[in-house]
Amino acid sequence: MGGVGHGTLSLDSFSASAAALVKRWKEIEVDDSLPDWTWKPCCKTGGPSELEGYLALEGVYRDCGGSQEQIQENGNSDGADIVACDTWVQSSSYNVHVYDFHVVYSYSYKVPMLYFQAYRSDGQLLTLDEIKQDLPSDSLKVLSESKWTFITREEHPYLCRPWFTLHPCATSDWMKLLLEEGKVAYEEQSLRYLPAWLSVVGQAVGLKIPLELHCRS
Amino acid sequence: MAAAHEEAARRVWGGAVPLQVHLHDADVTAFPPPPPFLTLGPRIGYLPLLIPIIKAHFSNALPPGVDTVWFEYKGLPLKWYVPIGVLFDLLCAEPERPWNLIVHFRGYPSEILSPCEGEDSVKWSYMNSLKEATFIITGNSKSVMNMSQADQIALWEAVMKGNLDGFKNISTRLKLGPFEEDGLVRTASTERQRQQGSDEPESPGSGRPCRVPVRLYVRGVQEDLEDIEDALPVSDWESVSYINRPFEIRKVEGRSYITLEHALQTLLPEFFSSDAQNAEELDPAAGNSDTTDPSRSSQEADTTKKTKVKLIRVQGIELDMDIPFLWVANNLKNPEYYLHVCVYVGTRKQ
Repeated sequence: MGGVGHGTLSLDSFSASAAALVKRWKEIEVDDSLPDWTWKPCCKTGGPSELEGYLALEGVYRDCGGSQEQIQENGNSDGADIVACDTWVQSSSYNVHVYDFHVVYSYSYKVPMLYFQAYRSDGQLLTLDEIKQDLPSDSLKVLSESKWTFITREEHPYLCRPWFTLHPCATSDWMKLLLEEGKVAYEEQSLRYLPAWLSVVGQAVGLKIPLELHCRS
Repeated sequence: MAAAHEEAARRVWGGAVPLQVHLHDADVTAFPPPPPFLTLGPRIGYLPLLIPIIKAHFSNALPPGVDTVWFEYKGLPLKWYVPIGVLFDLLCAEPERPWNLIVHFRGYPSEILSPCEGEDSVKWSYMNSLKEATFIITGNSKSVMNMSQADQIALWEAVMKGNLDGFKNISTRLKLGPFEEDGLVRTASTERQRQQGSDEPESPGSGRPCRVPVRLYVRGVQEDLEDIEDALPVSDWESVSYINRPFEIRKVEGRSYITLEHALQTLLPEFFSSDAQNAEELDPAAGNSDTTDPSRSSQEADTTKKTKVKLIRVQGIELDMDIPFLWVANNLKNPEYYLHVCVYVGTRKQ
């Protein structure tokens, strides 16, 4: 039948786990650069829905590697050094990238899916290459080495626009292994699903999930 | 029965939409401008696969430089990963023959359309959908993942060329269906048991409830619409609700088969809600009148239902609510094993 023992999640469990995550996130101490997760209720079938929606973490600020290049480019001629410094200072204030992360339930695979998008401070969307430049090296390692995590561009189920996503097809396999670790009650396993899942997918996209999220309050 | 099934599949695979493709004005560099290009778009095919012949036709009139090809209908950029037949059924309320499309070679709307690098992108999208459908039907994607490279290529070639026999040679090995009313997944071992007339109970896990891969495209039209041809064109994708959600086969009380209506009711509960409150919303007068008459309120509820769902179209056919849903799924599905259903509903928005 599936369920947490098989590494999958029902819609009800997803919503419950999401609510628990939102609550727990507010309780623990989180890095200043990380905003709060919010639940966005959304219904596609024509009316208000209590159950259906997605988790959103929006406005995650990231310093990007672009400023490094600026220094190198302008550092060639001595006379331009002062100008280069000004340029660097100026460009670093523009070199902040903003990330939005959404956790959406996949009815097909019965697992959560991570959708994300990144913007420059002028609102321009980043390409996948530009996003990869922002990622810490261990994230890049995870992406290139693991056959289970690769980024594709797909239409966001609720927002009708192309977003980046981590492909979900192997999620239930590795979630099953991950959740086997503890002998806990089924209900508790369901609630733990999202934090556990997030700690793995977060690694692939450079999203650091505090350990306290996994502990009971 | 098998013959009828074969006939339906042939019609689906042979179905095509006559297209009249116009080159976007701003992309025209020749005088006089080239005439539009007439071609047939296979219902189960995809627009980017037509690009080579379209490009050949317009080659003399194209600007120099890199092409980023996309298609548009009445101002709406067309999603290249949606089968041509589905786009036609969804966007042309009154079927337009030929279907007039505009092709662009510049200015790809990348905020609306995900990128497309020709045949490779389409093949990837097809295989991805097939994997997803396989996961939905059997609970895992193994049968597709285990396909040899040669088989994958042959399968895709068969889809591109509309070669049903070539397709069946390979697809039967995937063991994806047919869907049956008892809702059990037919795996290789259960098939053997059935054929041997075995009395043994099926081993646990083999009789999993089956799910049917469905993709619904819900288009909002004017609530008081009487003639479908008067529907306002779709101006942006926000007014179409795309619902990629499987239908779980479950025996229905007092019914020998699952109707299309029942399936849609499960997937789109809001548009089929028949409670008295809903009837009141649409017709305030009814709410104040005699509510103690149960037959009257159920009649109004039926009207409510009918007002909301205007049209259901699959493979260009307008379907009745009573038709057996599993027959539709088995016979009118696309090559990636998805059933695409276009639903026109009356919404207040317009």
